[in-house]
Amino acid sequence: MPQENKPSSVPPKKDKQEARRDFLKQSSAVMALALAPPLVLKAAQHDEAIAAVFEKMPVNLEINGKKMQLSVEPRVTLLDLLREQLALTGTKKGCDHGQCGACTVHVNGQRINSCLTLAVMQEGKKITTIEGLSNGDQLHPVQEAFIRHDGFQCGYCTPGQIMSAVACLHEGHAGSPEQIREFMSGNICRCGAYDNIVNAIMDVKNGGQTA
Amino acid sequence: MNPFSYVRPNSLKAAIDAMARDHSARFIAGGTNLLDLMKNGVTLPEKLIDINQLPLREIRQDGNTLHIGALVLNSDLAAHELVKTQHPLLSEALLAGASQQLRNMATVGGNMMQRTRCTYFYDTSMPCNKRQPNSGCGAIGGINRMHAIFGASDNCIAVHPSDMCVALAALDATVLVAGPKGERRIPFTDFHRLPGNTPQLDNNLAKNELITAVEIPPHPFTKHICYLKVRDRASYAFALVSVAVAMDISDNVIRNIRIAMGGVAHKPWRLPDAEKALTGKAPTSDNFRLAATIATQGAKTYAHNGFKKDLAFNSIQTALLKAATA
Ligand SMILES: Cc1cc2nc3c(=O)[nH]c(=O)nc-3n(C[C@H](O)[C@H](O)[C@H](O)COP(=O)(O)OP(=O)(O)OC[C@H]3O[C@@H](n4cnc5c(N)ncnc54)[C@H](O)[C@@H]3O)c2cc1C
Ligand code: SF4
Ligand code: FES
Ligand code: FES
Repeated sequence: MPQENKPSSVPPKKDKQEARRDFLKQSSAVMALALAPPLVLKAAQHDEAIAAVFEKMPVNLEINGKKMQLSVEPRVTLLDLLREQLALTGTKKGCDHGQCGACTVHVNGQRINSCLTLAVMQEGKKITTIEGLSNGDQLHPVQEAFIRHDGFQCGYCTPGQIMSAVACLHEGHAGSPEQIREFMSGNICRCGAYDNIVNAIMDVKNGGQTA
Repeated sequence: MNPFSYVRPNSLKAAIDAMARDHSARFIAGGTNLLDLMKNGVTLPEKLIDINQLPLREIRQDGNTLHIGALVLNSDLAAHELVKTQHPLLSEALLAGASQQLRNMATVGGNMMQRTRCTYFYDTSMPCNKRQPNSGCGAIGGINRMHAIFGASDNCIAVHPSDMCVALAALDATVLVAGPKGERRIPFTDFHRLPGNTPQLDNNLAKNELITAVEIPPHPFTKHICYLKVRDRASYAFALVSVAVAMDISDNVIRNIRIAMGGVAHKPWRLPDAEKALTGKAPTSDNFRLAATIATQGAKTYAHNGFKKDLAFNSIQTALLKAATA
């Protein structure tokens, strides 16, 4: 996993300090549970604005070609909206922190990490997920190339890899294996299917001839 | 994430007013750093002010100056024709940062305001003077492999993680900001701060001010440039050390040179003494070695980042050589 992007590293063995930290984390979670309801009630009584915090907001999105009028809490990420509210579970949650690329979708044709944007920030935008890539039963050429080249093992990173690869080709960043590696670096594959992924993308780039 | 309210103002004034009314609020642009911090409980704003409707997306030439709106995306900026041809150092630095997905979200203003990646800063159960003033610094006696070798203090040894900012510091850019009292301009190299006794402050932007643009003045650095980034893997990782070099060479003499480093200090780290030592000199390996010696003389290392001094010494020479022969 992308350890380097996690803010540096922590001591590998579970020392006293870390055990204490775990305890602190647990105990503060318990505290929060115990305190939450009365605090929230109190705040709501004193300040009307707090009530708005929990309210859902309208958001209009076009998802895989379908216009949708939705209602979401501001804190819901685009990824959670897709997966939890719309049951579009093809888009995966790997890290939830921008470090793996499993959540890659297209917004107005550009690839982004859906875990690091709020659904409400996408008002009026066109979202394409892995579910929207094929044309009925006809797979997208990149999907076909991934199958031809065994561009996966467990498949967990694959929807993100494919969405990223489609955009990479569109952007004109698939000129050579080196360029593909650089511009696909935002998609981590724990199974290490990288070579086959690069081959699949090169194949599409070259018109599907090298299978 | 904690619940919060959300507003989407349409004008600069409305955005600044919204912030003035509510000091626990935060502006949100791409969201790639702020939402990460909110998920970790490091930042807990009660209100987000989405600034994406503001008219700050323009890249334009003002006379000889390049004007870049604060909401310009990192990917768009790197690919812009004027940037590629006139400020290639900036383009290279941008492309060395994060991934294409993140660059498609990250904005110029957000990149400047991104916070350190110090592990202890991110872990709310650990002491950190930057997150919670006077709670102590977990990194000084802890694991500090990624930390600063220049300009740190006894209160904080964190580094600023941006690549883009290293290039902008080298190119003597200016930051344009707007607040309740109007607009002001801040030289890029004065924008970020050293930790000193106030590590909670990353930069000199006031709480209720908004970055509106960055401007790059004309310069002769279109050919002999290099952005060298050294990291734990080939891509999609923060810098251990990075070096931005821009020089102007004629008749085998360095007429003008800028050098800045990333990953080594609490702010993009310009090397004025090394620049001075090379100005008017020939671009030779001997001179580059001397400059690297001068630049790394004052380095102060901690338990795990001693390697950074050597890495900086070598990287400066490599970047100078690459720029000279580009
Ligand atoms: C996995 C990962 C890897 C990364 N790797 C790199 C890397 O290698 N190199 C690198 O340089 N960066 C890297 N980044 C960081 C990335 O560049 C920043 O997260 C991004 O630039 C922040 O921009 P944003 O628009 O998303 O900011 P946001 O998250 O929206 O905002 C960040 C902060 O800036 C404030 N802000 C935003 N705009 C303004 C404005 N106009 N005026 C005032 N305040 C404002 C917000 O209030 C917030 O506090 C990485 C990030 C991730 C998640
Ligand atoms: S180095 Fe700075 S950011 Fe890191 S723990 Fe110490 S005070 Fe906090
Ligand atoms: S889930 Fe890992 S980048 Fe979004
Ligand atoms: S196929 Fe298993 S993570 Fe990529």
